[in-house]
Amino acid sequence: MKRRWCKDVLFRWVCGAVSMFATALLLVLLVHLCRQGWEYLDSSFLTQFASRRPAQAGIKAGLWGTLWLLALTATMAFPLGVATALYLEEYAPQGRLTRLLEVNIANLAGVPSIIYGLLGLAIFVRLLGLERSLWSGSMTLTLLILPVIIVSAQGAIRSVPRSLREASYALGAQPWHVNLLVVFPAALPGILTGVILALSRAIGETAPLVIVGAVGYMRFVPTSPSDDFTALPLQIYDWASRPQVEFHQVAASGILVLLSILLMFNLTAVWIRHRLQRYPS
Amino acid sequence: MESGTKAARLELVEEPVGELLLRRQWVNYKDVLLKLCLSLATSLTVLTTCTIVLLIGKEAFAFFHMVSIVDFLLGTQWQPLIEPQQYGVLPLVVGSTLVVVLSMGIALPLGVFVAAYLSEYASFPIRSVVKPFLEILAGIPTVVYGYFALTFVTPQLQQLFPAMEVFNAASAGIVVGIMILPMVSSLCDDAFCAVAPELKEAGYSLGATSYEVFRGIVLPASAFRLAAAVILAVSRALGETMAVTLAAGATPNMEWSFLKSIQTMTAYIVEVSLGDTPAGGVAYLTCYGVAALLFGITFVLNVLGYRWMRRTAE
Repeated sequence: MKRRWCKDVLFRWVCGAVSMFATALLLVLLVHLCRQGWEYLDSSFLTQFASRRPAQAGIKAGLWGTLWLLALTATMAFPLGVATALYLEEYAPQGRLTRLLEVNIANLAGVPSIIYGLLGLAIFVRLLGLERSLWSGSMTLTLLILPVIIVSAQGAIRSVPRSLREASYALGAQPWHVNLLVVFPAALPGILTGVILALSRAIGETAPLVIVGAVGYMRFVPTSPSDDFTALPLQIYDWASRPQVEFHQVAASGILVLLSILLMFNLTAVWIRHRLQRYPS
Repeated sequence: MESGTKAARLELVEEPVGELLLRRQWVNYKDVLLKLCLSLATSLTVLTTCTIVLLIGKEAFAFFHMVSIVDFLLGTQWQPLIEPQQYGVLPLVVGSTLVVVLSMGIALPLGVFVAAYLSEYASFPIRSVVKPFLEILAGIPTVVYGYFALTFVTPQLQQLFPAMEVFNAASAGIVVGIMILPMVSSLCDDAFCAVAPELKEAGYSLGATSYEVFRGIVLPASAFRLAAAVILAVSRALGETMAVTLAAGATPNMEWSFLKSIQTMTAYIVEVSLGDTPAGGVAYLTCYGVAALLFGITFVLNVLGYRWMRRTAE
């Protein structure tokens, strides 16, 4: 009896210790980054271009590139993702074909991001002749995060109560009216949460942009979507892959900037979820 | 009999109302237009899959026209960019395998323990601290993990094993393990929570301790979903790119050593893309040969994983 009880307590403690260890890993990572990146992190770091001298290196080009990518990706991925989710939830007949569509989307979410990079290289860069532009980069990222947006938007739309739809039909509304003016607004906070989280994944993606041909070293800010570009994670990769220790510290500063942007995105998502979401999915 | 037809009628109503209205004799053109637009957007997902398969298939076909598929899959020398060219992909596969094995060796036990703690023991306040931490860990970009491996894990490991090279499979495997830990633990958590409470309660009522309930009831009952979680995590670790590119180096070899520099399939594709490769050239085609293998493996793993997950959900 005593041994069984000891085993139980031991197991409980091991589980608890491992969980604490997993959370401690995040703290170790953050402390290491702060210690490495603090030195070069100042206001001029945000306003200067990449440089051969670590002390003068900055992330202006990467920051602007990331903002451009974000804006373009969001404007393309949001309508496409929501439209697909609306179709699957409100229109698609239940059957084999719809099941197949959903399995396909789940599979797309599992395709390695580097494969999307090769897709973007062949289709957007070469076939459509968009070259190594922001267009190519953002279209590739759009395809990459589309499955994530679709799945979360489906959840949000599904959580809108059926009574809301029935009430609108009872008042004589047409299906398009119900879907666009009743269901969509009711699901919007949930959809937005999903879109923001998907975009925060897009911000950190590096591999597909490397394949599509974004550059690591750039000394100007892109002014139109057909310009060359770099992005924060690429700039970080460029610095981290250099042998000099000083550049590793610059990379850590860049990572701190990147992580604070991601943190802002996550906090916004949490805020929307808690404040605006009326029908939690 | 009477109640049976009533139940059937109630089920009919569960169809989307909009769909029922669309079947009327007269239709509003706006409805048709909206449905058309939405289905066009949906077809994009199918188009994406088809394009990926066709593109990789086409380029890989061109590649295998040049290199025999047997030499590619069974060759033990990978040296496609320098003379004399060798196109045996096994060294890259070994590199990827090393990273996957080590990362799963870390993520699987840790993930199961964390999930067991979260689903069986943790009080609400602890759960609401640990879960967001894990979510943040999952949201950190892979390039950051690569940096962490290079500047933190490798120096620490070098103190333990002085023979360790600057770029090595061990540190890459460890950070990939940390990276997929949140995914493994949340999938396992879902699996444990899906076990019917009646089963657990039956165990407790027989006087079993919570450890015995976990070992004897929860683990066997969720075995299928655990296997699915492992498969999906392996697929994720295989496709991981930036962390292994930064930390594991670019030396394809067959030595099965965690201390040495290796190259994974994904890292090779990045290496080629960083250089200036003309379309249709040999280097460009090797990329698609490797990509075809990577896509094939991850595709099979994903299909299998989702199927097993679904099987137990029903």
